[in-house]
Amino acid sequence: MLIDRMEVTDIKEVAEDIFELKVCGDLASRVKEPGQFVHVQAAHSIDTLLRRPISICDVNRESRELTMIFRAEGKGTKRLAECRQGEELNVLGPLGNGFPIESCKPGGTAVLVGGGVGVPPLYYLSRQLKKNGVNVIHVLGFANKQVSFYEKEFSELGPTRLATVDGSAGQKGFVTNVIEEHDITYDIMYACGPVPMLKALEANYSNKPLYLSLEQRMGCAIGACFACTCQTVDPNDEKGYRKVCSDGPVFKAGEVILSC
Amino acid sequence: MLNIALPGLNMKNPVMPASGCFAFGKEYGELYDLNCLGAIAIKAATKETRFGNPTPRVAETPGGMLNAIGLQNPGVEKIINEELKWLESFDTPILANIAGKETNDYVYTAEQLSKVPNVGALELNISCPNVKEGGITFGTVPEIAAELTEKVKAVSTVPVYVKLSPNVSDIVGMAKAVEEAGADGLSMINTLMGMRIDLKTQAPVLANKMGGLSGPAIKPVAIRMVYEVSQHVTIPIIGMGGIQDAEDVIEFFLAGASAVAVGTANFVDPLVCPKIIEDLPALLEKMNVSHIDELKGRSWGACQKTSSSR
Repeated sequence: MLIDRMEVTDIKEVAEDIFELKVCGDLASRVKEPGQFVHVQAAHSIDTLLRRPISICDVNRESRELTMIFRAEGKGTKRLAECRQGEELNVLGPLGNGFPIESCKPGGTAVLVGGGVGVPPLYYLSRQLKKNGVNVIHVLGFANKQVSFYEKEFSELGPTRLATVDGSAGQKGFVTNVIEEHDITYDIMYACGPVPMLKALEANYSNKPLYLSLEQRMGCAIGACFACTCQTVDPNDEKGYRKVCSDGPVFKAGEVILSC
Repeated sequence: MLNIALPGLNMKNPVMPASGCFAFGKEYGELYDLNCLGAIAIKAATKETRFGNPTPRVAETPGGMLNAIGLQNPGVEKIINEELKWLESFDTPILANIAGKETNDYVYTAEQLSKVPNVGALELNISCPNVKEGGITFGTVPEIAAELTEKVKAVSTVPVYVKLSPNVSDIVGMAKAVEEAGADGLSMINTLMGMRIDLKTQAPVLANKMGGLSGPAIKPVAIRMVYEVSQHVTIPIIGMGGIQDAEDVIEFFLAGASAVAVGTANFVDPLVCPKIIEDLPALLEKMNVSHIDELKGRSWGACQKTSSSR
């Protein structure tokens, strides 16, 4: 973990209000595993005082580049969307514990399930799994075609199926409909997305290893402020809680209670 | 030029992280050497383990943030056996923050914590806005605050600071009440009660609905309260509320503080405390001050001087 002044090398809108931001710096080489995140200062202004936790979408060790994809929704992310090439960003990271890629043996099959802006961390995960000789299948859910992104990028790594709520791209419905209807066989499932999606996956697919990445409003993002805690499922757990920022954001299904 | 001796706290400099923003130091200890800090105000301890409030627990506001953590902590026993033990390796005094539902909780926790060798002083949290049971009445009724202070003083072997709530109409009255009850110092201010409502969901952003406002937005309120209280009490004040840089520290001293605590700014820049400590000497030199203590309360007479020089 370090605080790095990273240079913006590229920023572009990849879907409606969805931005792909590339930054360069030493921090990129510190990323241990897919699913980790960074805490980004959106501006040097007290108007957006707190940092923004953003998942790492991809890492390029040679060019020391880190890719993030986010939705410009609030004040901070709207400001980040206005970043220009050459600008410096204050980035804290890499943070948290990501997806355990060693849990899937070479030759095995992993299903990566993403929803909306929960999709980005699955890209680096997929690349790492593929490097390990794991077969990857992607099931990506979006509200509609306008906000969908990275279909081509994921397709280059393995079969990729889309679901949109309005049916404007891929199959109409949710990611769970796609998984059911195509009767996908797999050894392990990794997921990141909205809580209702994670809950549906947990309810239906806990018979095999399932890892879920959670999102939560954060203060410090290093485990000190206790803003992002969630309760453990096991009432006899020694601590009774987990911090999304420093114990997670990835948890094994059944470890913590998913609440909206 | 920075060392400060306060009751129970022999500090290398006047800067400490504020309670609740620094847990028990381990996380920040990975980023810098905690020996550089003047003191550490650890997260509030309660008699029993507390899980705290549901999430979302934080929300950003212009120039600040709201929090409703709800005093999550592992309970005093674990804090003593695990967290304070770990902190022993540092040459930095600990200000142990204490919270409770009722007087007996405070007394029990205070007695236990005051026996720990590296605890230099206690900080009574009588002002947490985020716990439903009792908490806030200790912080808003002078007689009740005084009674609690007296009872804790009776069992504590170390000095006791009382952390005051700004959510009162007469802050001086509160301060005087706890001073008379035997408080060795004051910490002020705690967060201001606030709220944010989301336009999309048309519901409060925080699960707890209300929370404590902190950050630069509350600094003028804190400065005003330190300014008023410091002129009416003789015990030292640890000033806090929106401190972001060395200039802010000086402002609190000018208002009448004897030391400062940095809270929310730790989330903005995790290295803010060492940075402030590093920046202070040059700033003092620029002000022709040989020791930061000289600045304490310098703003008090300013207006009178102008009028009498006419």
